[in-house]
Amino acid sequence: MTYPDQFNQEISDNKAVHVFFSQAIPLVAYIDESCLYLKEGKCDICRGVCQADAIDFRQTSKKREISVGAIILAAGIEPFDPKVNPEYGYGKLQNVVTSMDYERLLSSTGPYEGEVLRGSDKKHPQKIAWISCVGSRRVTEGENSYCSGVCCTYTQKQLILTKGHDEGVDCTVFHNDIRSHGKDFERYFERAEELPGTRFIRSYVSIVGENPETKNVIVRYSTFDDGVKEEEFDMVVLAVGLNPPAEFKELADKFQIELNTHGFNKTNDANPIATTRPGIFVSGAFQGPTDIPEAVFTASGAGTQCGEFLDYRRGNLATERIYPEERDVSQEEPRIGVFVCHCGANISSVVNVPSAVEYALSLPNVVYAQEQLFSCATNSAQEITELAKEKGLNRVVLAACSPRTLEPLFRDTLREAGLNQYYCEMANIREHCSWVHAKQKDEATQKAKDLIRMSVARTRHLEPLQEFDLDVNPTALVVGGGIAGMTCALSIANQGHEVQLVEKAKDLGGMARRLYTTLEGMDVQTYLNDLIAQVYSNPLIHVSHEATITDVAGYVGNFTTTLESEGRIKEIKHGASVLAIGADVYQPCEYLYGENDKVLTHLELGEEIAKGEESIVKAESLVMIQCVGCRNEERNYCSRVCCSHAIKNALKLKELNPEMSIYVLFRDMRTYGLKEDFYRDAAEKGVTFIRYETDDKPVVEAVKAGGKDILRVTVLDPVLGKKLELDADVVSLAAAVIPAATTHEIAKMFKVTLSPDDFFKEAHVKLKPVEFAADGVYLCGTAHYPKHIQESINQAYGAAGRVLTLLSNDTVTASGAVCEVNEDDCISCGACITACTYNAIEFVETAKGRKARVNPVLCKGDGLCNAKCPTNAIVLKHFTDEELISQIDAATTKEEIMQQIDAAV
Amino acid sequence: MCSGRIDLEFILKAFLNGQDGVFVGGCKLDECNYITHGNYDALSNVHLCKKIMQHIGLNPERLRIEFMSGADGDLLAEYTDDFTKNVKELGPLGKSEGLDEEELKLKLEAVRKLVPYIKLVERERLRVPVKSEEEYEKFFESDETNRLIEELITDKLSVSEMLSLLSKKPLSTGEISNILDLNPSKVAKHISDSSRQGLIKYDESGNCYALA
Repeated sequence: MTYPDQFNQEISDNKAVHVFFSQAIPLVAYIDESCLYLKEGKCDICRGVCQADAIDFRQTSKKREISVGAIILAAGIEPFDPKVNPEYGYGKLQNVVTSMDYERLLSSTGPYEGEVLRGSDKKHPQKIAWISCVGSRRVTEGENSYCSGVCCTYTQKQLILTKGHDEGVDCTVFHNDIRSHGKDFERYFERAEELPGTRFIRSYVSIVGENPETKNVIVRYSTFDDGVKEEEFDMVVLAVGLNPPAEFKELADKFQIELNTHGFNKTNDANPIATTRPGIFVSGAFQGPTDIPEAVFTASGAGTQCGEFLDYRRGNLATERIYPEERDVSQEEPRIGVFVCHCGANISSVVNVPSAVEYALSLPNVVYAQEQLFSCATNSAQEITELAKEKGLNRVVLAACSPRTLEPLFRDTLREAGLNQYYCEMANIREHCSWVHAKQKDEATQKAKDLIRMSVARTRHLEPLQEFDLDVNPTALVVGGGIAGMTCALSIANQGHEVQLVEKAKDLGGMARRLYTTLEGMDVQTYLNDLIAQVYSNPLIHVSHEATITDVAGYVGNFTTTLESEGRIKEIKHGASVLAIGADVYQPCEYLYGENDKVLTHLELGEEIAKGEESIVKAESLVMIQCVGCRNEERNYCSRVCCSHAIKNALKLKELNPEMSIYVLFRDMRTYGLKEDFYRDAAEKGVTFIRYETDDKPVVEAVKAGGKDILRVTVLDPVLGKKLELDADVVSLAAAVIPAATTHEIAKMFKVTLSPDDFFKEAHVKLKPVEFAADGVYLCGTAHYPKHIQESINQAYGAAGRVLTLLSNDTVTASGAVCEVNEDDCISCGACITACTYNAIEFVETAKGRKARVNPVLCKGDGLCNAKCPTNAIVLKHFTDEELISQIDAATTKEEIMQQIDAAV
Repeated sequence: MCSGRIDLEFILKAFLNGQDGVFVGGCKLDECNYITHGNYDALSNVHLCKKIMQHIGLNPERLRIEFMSGADGDLLAEYTDDFTKNVKELGPLGKSEGLDEEELKLKLEAVRKLVPYIKLVERERLRVPVKSEEEYEKFFESDETNRLIEELITDKLSVSEMLSLLSKKPLSTGEISNILDLNPSKVAKHISDSSRQGLIKYDESGNCYALA
């Protein structure tokens, strides 16, 4: 019996006994409620055939009581169900799918193994439309008034993937604003928009019905140029928003916490991770619609807040992992085991895995080879460990995926087998083979064999390497005394660690000193003063004012930072560093800024409003111009905060002076998430929103009218199709948020990298949003990317969580794949020393004269020195000449060379 | 491991193994994953290697370097397809350039032996002061650089080729000049220099030169 597969959006079928999805943890089969025996007491076949006797129908759910000190609610999010509004035709028209359905269709483990097929005729759609904001930004019954914040970019991702499947597919996106407010999203949007055969159309749309013959979906939309039109599409994808699951309500009742009107946690602006009940925290989408990086750092942030509660019991429940003793195999002949992974169907649908296994067995020193469904699954890893022992393997090759994610796991597998972890090698036959050669199965199989042969060749030369433990200094250094830096410092100090907080200005507070309220209504100055007071009164936090960092030396766990503060030189020893240096505001050179004192930035406008400046609050008319200094060629990013900033000022002014005419000239309104409600509120209160295009920007002139000096703003109104002249008393510019002036200097000293726009570059944009690639250095706040106060606070807690993960241990492990000098071959030319920007190499006097020597804890394993050394005296371990050349040699087989010679004769 | 770890020797080894083309992929320039910006060193190596290839009669188009980020899978595919197409058009290594196999091997081996020396030269004399793709291009195209390469590497290479040749069997000046396609006066100079350094000796019986 088969039933609709829930994981594949019920597009394809599955059985009652199944594995939920191919990377599920744990990767074990279970029986769901569609089981005939459970429903009707019939069947029971599975129990008879299971030789392991693993099926037990007598199991029932059990109640358990667990005593805990703190609770984190991370209940996730649900896609909006478009069936609540019949106008979408979902469930009625076969070729209307949700973006979640489409996500499964695109996936290689999806219902059609990665083929996008229409519901009506199982054909490849050649013309696809995406409809944005389904279930979001709408006040119709059953839909959500907020913006889900993620759909614009995931739509672009789906479009790019669709084009990757088949570049001939015609792709159209209907949208209301493109909200690319995330880091690097603006560039991503441009990439999607520039693909041939792609249209982004700004229009509300409705689904009219379907063509009865072709089952194509008919969409009605309108543009300013062509008016209302109807167009047929082979398939329509509804970009559904994010809904709070029904369980939120249930959880909230159980845990006695309050929810907001949308059904998310009732957020406290000063600490969005907290709930209304102390000791209970939320992470991810319980705060509201959330993208992955925010979900990751709020998770870490919730962790650190539990730590503040429970630090006195840290480590009580931990048990140390004990590995078997490492066997010395360096004198043995290599005995290599090769495991070829199917990766579900990711690899095996393209590469002939059994043939690759057979081939591997024919290679020198390979004594064992087999295939595995998922080498990364717990049982497969165990199998590798056991086979390594049983077959006496001393080296293992995994022909699977990229080592980037799973190498640590497989290294661990080798350790479990009593082998040195550096005897593990991976041949990437997924990203480098099956995923790119899906249509050339024979060639892909040959390539997989080539890759395996090269890896085996390299493996024969691998050497056992030792990692080493370094002591960790428990002090943290936090650079930047703004909201992010102070929040992070407090959370670390509240868990018993000394914190050195370094601020370049005279006072703490940073950019927040110039902000008075948030859009949601928090009194920023009161909050800030309270935060500053907490910092000063915390005995573990030591603040240095007017500080300039002059030198940073050392490495993870053992940094020494030198700084000048109020005329004194201080040397600080610390184990972790947090960079929270904030951002600056762009000084506009456009729209008469700096020439006319009635042209302000939004930040200045906010300050004037707070002061109650009469000429501002009593003004008759005010024009705001958005996107000044960014979303252009020079700064190709969105400053994220300005749209909400404009709405905040507009609402405040409307409150003080309801008669004021306020115009917002915008490109896309990006009031994402729950901030959308304030945008709607502003429109309802009479704020006028006029969209402008970059090729026809507004023009601001100072003129005299009716005897007074005014600012005349000319802008093309796309709705009316004509130029409007707006006479304003005040013009306010959404000046871009730009990287802090000291960013480059700080980055250089802490040896961290920058993104293309010169904000700090995190180790992984989604999964490691508060860490740098450099060990022991973390980031938070607007130095990472422009963000709102609540988001900075979230990220600051997130960074604190990562810092604690490091500092709460006594030691940290350093990689064995570092450089080493063979002193006999060193001619002390110094080529390696000049090549090493980490200052990891220095000359030492030895009995044989002056020789280069590597400090392995500073070496990051880039190996530049190895390529520079004229005598090959300096060697990057694990990537030695011998290892790499053996791989180059194995790239050509003897047969191929013979063929070439034959061909040449 | 950084693309700057790609040793000149790796590239030469691949050609020696009969590969028709070598593609070096590095991170995007100025977006270093480390702080070394070693991809500029890879770029420099590729420029230098192309010069040497030209010198020994190999089409430099057989070597290509491109820079892309981890998210640029589409670019990698595009570059790879394009490069594969170009190399296929060029045809088999050496043969299309009119080099016979022995000759090509000899020349590549000679370059390979010079790698330590080339590394020193590169470090002392061939450093590009400004890190930008255009500046590197300009630097390696400049007459000054070409003269330097000619001066510092070409002669050494001829000597290295000559020594490789003589390691197989003794030869006369004329024969050397013929095989290496070098004018006899140059050969005479290399012979006299190498003799002085005690690398080769005159074999009176055969009226030819042999390794010392």
